[in-house]
Amino acid sequence: MARAVSNRRRLINTLLAWSIGLLIFFPILWTVLTSFKPEGQAIADPPMFLFFDWTLENYFVVQERSNYMRYLMNSIIISGGSTLLGILIAVPAAWSMAFVPSKRTKDILMWMLSTKMLPAVGVLYPIYLLFIQLGLLDSRLGLVIVIMLINLPIIIWMLYTYFKEIPTAILEAARMDGASLRSEILYVLTPMAIPGIASTILLNIILAWNEAFWTLNLTAAKAGPLTAFIASYSSPEGLFFAKLSAASTMAIAPILILGWFSQKQLVRGLTFGAVK
Amino acid sequence: MGRIVLDKVTKRFGDVEVIPPLDLTIEDGEFTVFVGPSGCGKSTLLRLVAGLEDVTGGQIQIDGSDVSSMPPAKRGLAMVFQSYALYPHMSVRKNIAFPLKMAGMKSAEIKRRVDNAASVLNLTDYLDRRPGQLSGGQRQRVAIGRAIVREPAAFLFDEPLSNLDAALRVGMRLEISELHERLKSTMIYVTHDQVEAMTMADKIVVLQAGVIEQVGSPLELYRTPRNTFVAGFIGSPKMNLIEGAAAASYQAHTIGIRPEHFDVSAEGGKWSGTVNVSEHLGSDTFLHVQGTGLADSITVRADGEVAFRHGDTIHLTPREEHIHRFDAKGLRVE
Amino acid sequence: MATQHSRSAARMMMAPAVILLLGWMLVPLCMTLYFSFKKYLPLRGGDLGWVGFDNYTRFVSSSSFWPSIYATLVIVGGVLAITVVFGILLAILLDQPMWGQGVVRMLVIAPFFVMPTVSSLVWKNMFMDPNYGLFAHLWRFFGAEPIQWMSQASLPSIIMIVSWQWLPFATLILLTAIQSLDSEQLEASEMDGAPIISRFWYIILPHLSRAITVVILIQTIFLLSIFAEIFVTTGGAFGTKTLSYLIFQRVLESQNVGLGSAGGVYAIILANIVAIFLMRIVGKNLDN
Repeated sequence: MARAVSNRRRLINTLLAWSIGLLIFFPILWTVLTSFKPEGQAIADPPMFLFFDWTLENYFVVQERSNYMRYLMNSIIISGGSTLLGILIAVPAAWSMAFVPSKRTKDILMWMLSTKMLPAVGVLYPIYLLFIQLGLLDSRLGLVIVIMLINLPIIIWMLYTYFKEIPTAILEAARMDGASLRSEILYVLTPMAIPGIASTILLNIILAWNEAFWTLNLTAAKAGPLTAFIASYSSPEGLFFAKLSAASTMAIAPILILGWFSQKQLVRGLTFGAVK
Repeated sequence: MGRIVLDKVTKRFGDVEVIPPLDLTIEDGEFTVFVGPSGCGKSTLLRLVAGLEDVTGGQIQIDGSDVSSMPPAKRGLAMVFQSYALYPHMSVRKNIAFPLKMAGMKSAEIKRRVDNAASVLNLTDYLDRRPGQLSGGQRQRVAIGRAIVREPAAFLFDEPLSNLDAALRVGMRLEISELHERLKSTMIYVTHDQVEAMTMADKIVVLQAGVIEQVGSPLELYRTPRNTFVAGFIGSPKMNLIEGAAAASYQAHTIGIRPEHFDVSAEGGKWSGTVNVSEHLGSDTFLHVQGTGLADSITVRADGEVAFRHGDTIHLTPREEHIHRFDAKGLRVE
Repeated sequence: MATQHSRSAARMMMAPAVILLLGWMLVPLCMTLYFSFKKYLPLRGGDLGWVGFDNYTRFVSSSSFWPSIYATLVIVGGVLAITVVFGILLAILLDQPMWGQGVVRMLVIAPFFVMPTVSSLVWKNMFMDPNYGLFAHLWRFFGAEPIQWMSQASLPSIIMIVSWQWLPFATLILLTAIQSLDSEQLEASEMDGAPIISRFWYIILPHLSRAITVVILIQTIFLLSIFAEIFVTTGGAFGTKTLSYLIFQRVLESQNVGLGSAGGVYAIILANIVAIFLMRIVGKNLDN
């Protein structure tokens, strides 16, 4: 859409959009800035924006006091593990529905979607009880499974919409060329679907990373990921803004960067293809 | 070797019978064309032979053995798709080599065969390119290359030329015919274009609604169409089909006269009418004649030099020996 | 359209996903239903027998029920109104020609990637803290008395935090929808001399209606079950106890599983009512 627009109008648009953009982004920026302040300056009145005594001290304190690395590892294992497991289960299922559709395919897809809508709190106790029975409470394995299950419908849906875009004829060509089902998926479908699979993985890592119901309710000190780590700052002692900021920055930085890469796919993934 | 026999083959999708019981034999080395209007079941029939669809009933035999329940990979056939269906993530070399790799062939032998196929198809300079970097005609050649390296029992072509522009289509038509001359293998070719059918086929199978209307050589179909459907479908421009009194005078329900089987005159003849449109092609002139009382419009193929214009009166005389007669059911009357 | 071979292979390959999701749905659901008809207090005597619909009536007649419905409706409604209205405006703005569009987009979308516990705590402490928060500084700068956000304006505070998190989602989806609007249509109306307001009202808004519906439905489903935002800010105090949070408290804090389960069944029914509408739209989209 290359419309002729006067530079004046473009300038107004730019100024307006940038100010609103910065306003929306400000809490994140403020958090990052505060993380580099000494605690005293973090609460100074009037607030100090750039000209404070920059320090990395908060990051060291946070790591020492709460063993940030362990929570980080838990976050990585839980979001990575659940996404990987989900992909392994979802690729064959999405293949089936995209390339061998039957009359029930649509119903199955819709049903899978409906499981995503089950309010977590409605099944909190049963899951809690099952976790105790199975010894999964406060374990990474348990969370990997639960997070995988809550995101599985999204993974299947996203892969399904990507697979649908691959022409059936190419897979049939592979079949005619003597490829077994395994080779067909391995050598033809997967390489062609790499971009789609990659963005599915990305979005699901983000969703898993930020999941804050099951991670808060099913973990304690051992398997808690970063969501739980941050929640432990909700009842702090003394001055702590800078430390909270350092902890927060460390918790959101990796995923913010991943998120910026996956903007486009986000829409498809979160609307189940209803908006393209 | 590649003798293909369809024995009472049927196909239904749910409650819809796409192909009622159908028998057909394709001899080894024959170039057979399935032709018919879109939706006539010709592609489905090809996919049944390929194994991409299951037959609902009946049997498909290749060289005497029943392959009806064999997966496509094991039937030893190669297929060229309408969309070419090249693997976009593989180079031309890898595309052509893929069936050989799947067959577990040694890499030296794969290289030899791919290089050989590439030189035959003028693709040697493009072996390291991706399909996306090739023109339509080159993609078509890669698809053919992927088919010939396997040395299949038979080749299946599913409307392979329909995505090419007119000029390329003529060229590729010749190339495929040459390929058949050289390889002498069985080929089944699906098209809706009767010109492709007429120019390439040893044997044409005309289909309508899953039913074989007629099987025969191009000239047989042209000379003795079995019914009005085949008569109207084969030949261009289309045969004029005339009903009513004129037909009755030949003791038929319908008579068919091809445009090229009229003698035209400005002075006198059997029928007369007014020229509505005259299309000058140089070699021929197509005249669309109205007001003859025979049909809404009669198409006549005349010499390139005739000078009839819009509004001129024209007299038409059919060549009696070329008049086709059909009964009320549309079947040929001898 | 496929062969018997591929159909049976397809069934095999779908089985793991279907079985897992079926188990994930049915097992807890049945257990919740089962508990909802029992008096079940794990810490105070355990299973005390069947009580029929007692839990269901007690859940709705408890003094916290209607306030929780009120809090839920205010939060969901408030967030929806803010995110949809500002989302439309922002999407239109971001669709205009400007310098650095990509960067602005990244700035606007960023809050969506911030984990709920972080955004809640950052807002609660660094912005809304009555002594040291930025808002308190701002209020004092203008000579006003700082607001006790979390206690005096608890619902607006939570609406603000949650809106900040979900505004990017609404904006992004609406922007995608706007970009699919045929620019010739807009140009034609511009040629016809339609003023900006009527262009917005008669062309842009109808074009967006589907995307808006999708945004509303999806957000509703997520917003009905917001948890962390309340858990780390007010802990359900000051009138911020939503239906989900009430159920959570019944189940895990007061360990009245029967009562909480009955509440859970209500929540499931509520979510399903919204879900049906969403699924209709998604389903229609599958057909074409």
